[in-house]
Amino acid sequence: MISVQRLRFAYPNGECALSVDDFSVLAGESVGIAGPSGIGKTTFLRLLAGLLVPHEGEVSLDSQAHSTLPESARRKVRLHRCGLVFQDFELLDYLTVEDNVLLPMRLAGALDKSIRQRARELIEALDLAQHWQRLTSELSQGERQRVAVARALVHEPQIVLADEPTSSLDLKRKHLVMDLLADYAKARKAALVFISHDVELFRCVDRVVNVEDWKT
Amino acid sequence: MSAAGAFHLAWQYIARHRTQSFLLALALGLTLALPLLASVFVRIAGDEFRARGEATPLLLGAKGSALDLTLNALYFRRRGMENIPMKQAQTVRATGLADAILLYVRFQSQGAPIVGTSLDYFSFRRLRIAEGKMITRLGDCVVGARVARARGLKPGGALYSSPEQVFDIAGVYPLKMRVTGILAENHSADDAAVFVDVKTAWLIEGIAHGHEDLVKAPDKVVIEMQSGNVAANKSVVLFNEVTDANFASFHFHGDEGEFPVSAVIVVPRDVKAQAILLGRYQDGKQGVQLVRPAEEMNALLATLIQTKRLALVLLGALGVIVLFIAVIVFALSFKMRRREFSALEDIGVSRSALMVVKLCEVLIVGATALFIVALSWATVIHYGATWVRLGAA
Repeated sequence: MISVQRLRFAYPNGECALSVDDFSVLAGESVGIAGPSGIGKTTFLRLLAGLLVPHEGEVSLDSQAHSTLPESARRKVRLHRCGLVFQDFELLDYLTVEDNVLLPMRLAGALDKSIRQRARELIEALDLAQHWQRLTSELSQGERQRVAVARALVHEPQIVLADEPTSSLDLKRKHLVMDLLADYAKARKAALVFISHDVELFRCVDRVVNVEDWKT
Repeated sequence: MSAAGAFHLAWQYIARHRTQSFLLALALGLTLALPLLASVFVRIAGDEFRARGEATPLLLGAKGSALDLTLNALYFRRRGMENIPMKQAQTVRATGLADAILLYVRFQSQGAPIVGTSLDYFSFRRLRIAEGKMITRLGDCVVGARVARARGLKPGGALYSSPEQVFDIAGVYPLKMRVTGILAENHSADDAAVFVDVKTAWLIEGIAHGHEDLVKAPDKVVIEMQSGNVAANKSVVLFNEVTDANFASFHFHGDEGEFPVSAVIVVPRDVKAQAILLGRYQDGKQGVQLVRPAEEMNALLATLIQTKRLALVLLGALGVIVLFIAVIVFALSFKMRRREFSALEDIGVSRSALMVVKLCEVLIVGATALFIVALSWATVIHYGATWVRLGAA
């Protein structure tokens, strides 16, 4: 589902230089990305999402070269096929929980009854039902993070890329979110790649990759 | 990309920042509206002044500003002009060339001018009684529609003339006037006035008065009694209301020809009579002036139109500046929200979709501004003539 071949990347100032010869994630597989802070985990996830373009090599999604597509095409892939959970959540403060979760599909013109129903189910599963009509600016960090998870899964993406999706959660909710993500990957045959510093959470993934191995 | 989705997002942003958005729309709306409103207002003022001026053939009044005389007489203003003696009206009548309608506007009742005139005025202005009846005797008044509405006056009610100065104990005393009728609204300055017989206006002034019968009065009131003349002291009871019982006691002192009037509406019998009259008063030897209100109004309008042009240029320049500021406000707002748009891009929202979102925000604010323009325009159209009349008075 996700395939990375001979990828080379570094920021213009030379930071976060990555060299990945071979990395792949199969449908239904969950992969944890580990490594110390500042090593390049988020950069790698952004490369997978097409938010960054590798200097060399290729990122393919479903056997289609993703990294060589034009910007507009990469956006389309992200919007329709990827579910992204960002480190800082990237929610719009002036929207309610409902509007934030439905926003990508609303702007894509793909909002229908089933998406709304799915959004409801996700919010309930993430223990946020009572906040459905509240502004996200009024929520705690942990609640905001769970809204970001719901937004990533609402359109049933084939690929889920999550950057520390449980960093602001208590232990109980960490497991709630991780179970939800792992179960989703299994049930929908989706590829799940997530970053975490919490070794405990790697118990529910199929394998773990350490980014330190990819440093040049 | 969904236009409905983009509009929804834009609407949510505007709704959550409604105060800032409304203020921006208000600034834009008012700036765009001002030149339009100024233009409409001047047109309405022109129509109003011209109509009132053309409906009044000639005005006779004290020498001085012809425009002041016109505005005072047509809009019942009470400033800036001397009175003329009533005999001037008698002189006009004596020529046989015109009718003369007296106007004496010196007093007011809670802000509404009290217009002393004769019954001819009502037929001249085509004023119709909507309720009650016309003035029948001294102390009666008929009330303009707007005054009646504002104060809830009905025939059979009463109103007082207002004292000119609160502390002027030697001045004019309030007269209680009986409301005999309410005029039908005719959308002119007449709606805001109280009409009395000119003799009632003189009564308020103190030229006439009524008091208890001195012959039957107690001895302490009478100072001296000679054949036909009775001198009384200050304890004599003066009436501040004309009633059927005391009506006969009211009387005038002095020569009626010298009683004051503010102006005289002169209604010539025909065009030739008008020309003759204008010629007679041209040299100013009579100590008064005869003016054509239509001409004065046209001169006033010419000045107004010149002022309007200047105002339009200034307002146009102001409009351009405000539009420029609005563009900067939007640009800065979008720049400050860069992180928000970048988040949407990260999710995969296309640039064109984001452009549509921004465009929708501009359109919503723009539409609100246009709504404010339309609302202001409708308000001026509806109330403009009234404001002109109130302003002129």
